Amino acid sequence: MRIGERAGLKPGRPMRDVFGEALLAVCEKDPRVIVLDGDLGNSTKADLVRKRFPERFLNMGIAESNLVGVASGLSACGFIPFVVSFSSFLLCNAYDQIRLGVAMSRANVKLVGSHGGITLGKDGPTQMGIEDLALVGGLPTVTILVPCDRVSMHWAVQAAVERTGPVFIRSSRYAMPEVYEDGASFEVGKANVLREGKDLTIVACGLMVGCALDAWAMLREEGIEARVIDLHTIRPLDRDTLVQAARETGALVVAEEHLLHGGVGANVARIVAEEAPCPMRFVGLADVYPDSADADDLLREYGLTSEVLFGKCHEVLELKGRIVT
Amino acid sequence: MVRDIPELRRIAKELRLDVLEMTTKAASGHPSSCFSAVEIMVALYFGGILSYNPRDPFWEGRDRFILSKGHAAPLLYAVLARAGFFPREQLWTLRTLHSPLQGHPVYRLLPGVEATTGSLGQGLSIGLGHALAGKMQGQSFRVYVLLGDGECQEGQVWEAAMAAAHFQVGNLTAIVDYNKFQETGPIAREMNLEPFRKKWEAFGWWVEEVDGHDLGALCEVLQQMKTARRAQPSVLIAHTVKGKGVSFVEQDFTFHGRALTEEQAKRAREEILCG
Repeated sequence: MRIGERAGLKPGRPMRDVFGEALLAVCEKDPRVIVLDGDLGNSTKADLVRKRFPERFLNMGIAESNLVGVASGLSACGFIPFVVSFSSFLLCNAYDQIRLGVAMSRANVKLVGSHGGITLGKDGPTQMGIEDLALVGGLPTVTILVPCDRVSMHWAVQAAVERTGPVFIRSSRYAMPEVYEDGASFEVGKANVLREGKDLTIVACGLMVGCALDAWAMLREEGIEARVIDLHTIRPLDRDTLVQAARETGALVVAEEHLLHGGVGANVARIVAEEAPCPMRFVGLADVYPDSADADDLLREYGLTSEVLFGKCHEVLELKGRIVT
Repeated sequence: MVRDIPELRRIAKELRLDVLEMTTKAASGHPSSCFSAVEIMVALYFGGILSYNPRDPFWEGRDRFILSKGHAAPLLYAVLARAGFFPREQLWTLRTLHSPLQGHPVYRLLPGVEATTGSLGQGLSIGLGHALAGKMQGQSFRVYVLLGDGECQEGQVWEAAMAAAHFQVGNLTAIVDYNKFQETGPIAREMNLEPFRKKWEAFGWWVEEVDGHDLGALCEVLQQMKTARRAQPSVLIAHTVKGKGVSFVEQDFTFHGRALTEEQAKRAREEILCG
């Protein structure tokens, strides 16, 4: 069964295609936007801009450190550079350059990490961005956006242009289901509550939002009302919505296509532990480098499915019941 | 252009004294790495090479100077104060709480500081970004990046060198403060750069070499690079002496990451004044 099918979501197109279109759309709107490629434009789909605006597309070659430094310099001269590469290459190769030239400098640079998570599939663990959110999370000034579908990707790219300062956007090779209708509203740092519920809360980002909605549908068949939160902004984290969910539902499951260590769940847990401690469970990657394989096989192998999420929901419900009685 | 070389020499002397006082007061810093670059900075800022306006420090048409060897921050600060970017009294706050004079330069904290540097190897890429922007915007400003010699062991320097030649940014000039020492010893022994000139030439750069303490020669060659209108980027390899101006610092590379004691500073001050 495809992700989002149980929840009745329409299938989407690969997120990288959607990203390419969103990038082209902001280039059309704002002449300050310029695209810097690490020779992966055909994979990240940034090359849609190359075709339309060749003078605003710079392939900086296979040299991520220089790529980021150049972006920092361009931003200081009034451009809004979008630096696009694979999430793993960008953050792992150029971390220090991002740290000084973008984050510490509060440069108006937009970083796009494509092929986030494990669902790039067959190219294997060397190419996977499974620690990208932890890495970018270590850079205090960077806004972090993780879109979950076409509509939220278009919003994220536009929001990155409108927001002065460093922004990281995670993109993906996977065709994520359509979670939002056109015209849905978003705000940086304000999580979207997709389903109201009182029994427990599922907090998810990216691909796991579709899984969360599937789990919501499975729980509903059992008469359980789950609240589902799309945590599209990882920094600044929406403390209020998370604390309110913990207080009102008393049980939380956090799901991400990322290592559990240093991931989104850890950040959510810190807030919940401080403000409204309650039973929590986490869906994500244990300390492992996944294999090369078909994306859906990988999701099953490493437990990033709505079934696993559903199981974790029952675990927190059981714990919550014990605490209450 | 007629330059008053004795006046530039006097400025160089005063800058060395400022750096000495700043780092001794802070009881930390890299005075010897500053001393080797003093004449280079004097030529750029006071020898008629850079266009800048301290009353409008981020004016779009300004020439850019990026200190890639960020550990020479005290020298940059002393130069900027002297050029009028901020009051000279601020110099004595170096490396203290709430001072914008960080141990290594941080962008946006101080007028005249163009980039955050200190982790070596990054400045040339940022300079290339400015140079590309200038070309795309049709601006005529030039970009100067001062690199350390040990810094050229960083791979990113050569990524930037390759890209700058590829994009033919003739508005970019790198200057290497080739003082022949890195933190733990002589460059030639620790990690040799030679044949250095040939490396830059092989990357497609216009290369000149100069005695990095000869103010007349520095001004002349920088003026040439400024006005030549060549398509390719240019690099000036400035042969310098680490710790220049203070004999016992010149002779001891272990001064790289340490300030002089009050007693040493007293002797150093006398040598600089007499030099």
